[in-house]
Amino acid sequence: MLNFLLQRLATIVPTLFFVSVLIFGLQQLLPGDPAIALAGEDRDPNVVAYLRAKFHLDEPLPMRYGYWLAGVLRGDLGESVRIQKPVTELILEKLPVTIELAALAMLIALVIGVTAGVISAVKKDTAWDYAANVFALWGLSTPNFWLGILFILLFAVQLGWLPASGYVSPFEDLKANLAAMIMPAFVLGNAFAAVLMRHTRSAMLQVLSSDYVRTARAKGLDERTVVLKHALRNALIPVITLGALGLGELLGGAVLTEQVFSIPGFGKLIVDAVFNRDYSVVQGVVLCTATAYLSLNLLADLAYYLVNPRMRH
Amino acid sequence: MAAVVFQQLEATPRRRALRRLMHRGGAMFGLGVVAFFILIALFAPWIAPHDPLATSWDAVRRAPNAAYLFGGDELGRDVLSRIIWGARASILAGLVSVSISMALGVPIGMLAGYMGRWVDALISRLTDAMLACPFLILAIALAAFLGPSLTNAMIAIGISATPIFIRLTRAQVLAAKAEDYVEAARALGNPHWRIALRHILPNIVAPLIVQATLAIAAAVIAEASLSFLGLGQQPPAPSWGSMLNTARNYVDQAPWMAIWPGVSIFLLVLSFNLLGDGLRDALDPRHQ
Repeated sequence: MLNFLLQRLATIVPTLFFVSVLIFGLQQLLPGDPAIALAGEDRDPNVVAYLRAKFHLDEPLPMRYGYWLAGVLRGDLGESVRIQKPVTELILEKLPVTIELAALAMLIALVIGVTAGVISAVKKDTAWDYAANVFALWGLSTPNFWLGILFILLFAVQLGWLPASGYVSPFEDLKANLAAMIMPAFVLGNAFAAVLMRHTRSAMLQVLSSDYVRTARAKGLDERTVVLKHALRNALIPVITLGALGLGELLGGAVLTEQVFSIPGFGKLIVDAVFNRDYSVVQGVVLCTATAYLSLNLLADLAYYLVNPRMRH
Repeated sequence: MAAVVFQQLEATPRRRALRRLMHRGGAMFGLGVVAFFILIALFAPWIAPHDPLATSWDAVRRAPNAAYLFGGDELGRDVLSRIIWGARASILAGLVSVSISMALGVPIGMLAGYMGRWVDALISRLTDAMLACPFLILAIALAAFLGPSLTNAMIAIGISATPIFIRLTRAQVLAAKAEDYVEAARALGNPHWRIALRHILPNIVAPLIVQATLAIAAAVIAEASLSFLGLGQQPPAPSWGSMLNTARNYVDQAPWMAIWPGVSIFLLVLSFNLLGDGLRDALDPRHQ
């Protein structure tokens, strides 16, 4: 176990190093003097001078990277030029909203995706299977911001069942929070449900044709027990890894969903930062998502290791 | 008898794959729709009933009617004409960004797979690092630093999709390297570049074509997403993503502004997905 963990960490550390180089390198894409670009539209000479000193812009590139990395390792991601707040603070403020959105979306995707995958595998080549495949294609091909607009049109404008936008903290009013989150969560989870359905279907098909499932059937177990207890349990193992990796993709999709439903989360933070030319915030958000993605990946590997005894040998 | 033998000789792998593809209804539907959109993009100036930028007072948020089949937008521009012209941005973005990803990803992936050792280790870690940033977030960050425009959006999407091609090419090269024909080419004294380009590359083209088709679908959605956020095609030039962004503000008064651009993105993306799935089944019979 320890060996396995160390092995995985040994690949993650260099990856994180490259992630940091990549994100630091983004700054170099800015045309002209980065201090002027970073100072935003006002170009206040005081701010420019402050930024030049803060980012050590007069020093060579590797030195600047060193200073930046040292800051990041101390948890200092820089300061938002626009809101004049540390980036770390801004991210910590917005992150819980997005985590709630992504977690709800994941839950919806798992319920729909796994159920549809199991049904289409068990009822292969029937109308059910066909319908599930059509659903998967629909999910993969629909831009989630469009689906969001259609949902607002139907459920908020036409039927008046749900609020069109806005966010209420779950600690203030849980019911209002869920009412505001259910549409965005569904919209965000839709595409991932399609991915999960396809993977569950192929994993189930493989497991259902294996010897131990035939044995279980030969023992006279009813089909329900065979499918749910014997087949699904094993078919779900690869789905765990996929779920963890999907959470990273959901963070990306959340940018658009939050924009459509005006949810003040992580995604809205990066979009606002892009338009305010608040580049430290953009870098901070990318760094956080990448770190979250790699950590989730590590957790998924560990879960895989714990669930699957064959991995231990 | 002779005819049968002749027919069998004629059935090269490429022809057999083409025949399999033609028998797949979904793929053929996809191909048809993609061709349709390419045609309307090419002939936009002749097909579009109105100037996509011309505003007209009596078309402001006008419901679909005989003169404006898909209705008018918030400035009184013809939605249908904007959809037709917008096809250019989407198709161009799909093709150009995937070309960028392939132009970067395939050679780098071949280098990693063929050279192995530290070159492979370095490239693989760099690929991991890029894959650790979610595709859309990386594209947004790149587009933000490069500045908002359709060209920069295409570059941003192209770079963000590159690691997928590096990984795929590397894996394919590693598999091909172990094959006998590569061993034979090496034993004959062929130089490395020749083995890589003349012997390995032609044998790994099929999975790359499949991946490219699916990547175009993803790139079309990504361009629409960036334009939706204001990082792609800049107004007033028409693009489906930016049309949806404006439509969002008028969804209760002019829902048609939101319907048609979305339907267009959906159809184009669906078609590339269907075509990609069909190509995968046709080129790799084991996959069915």
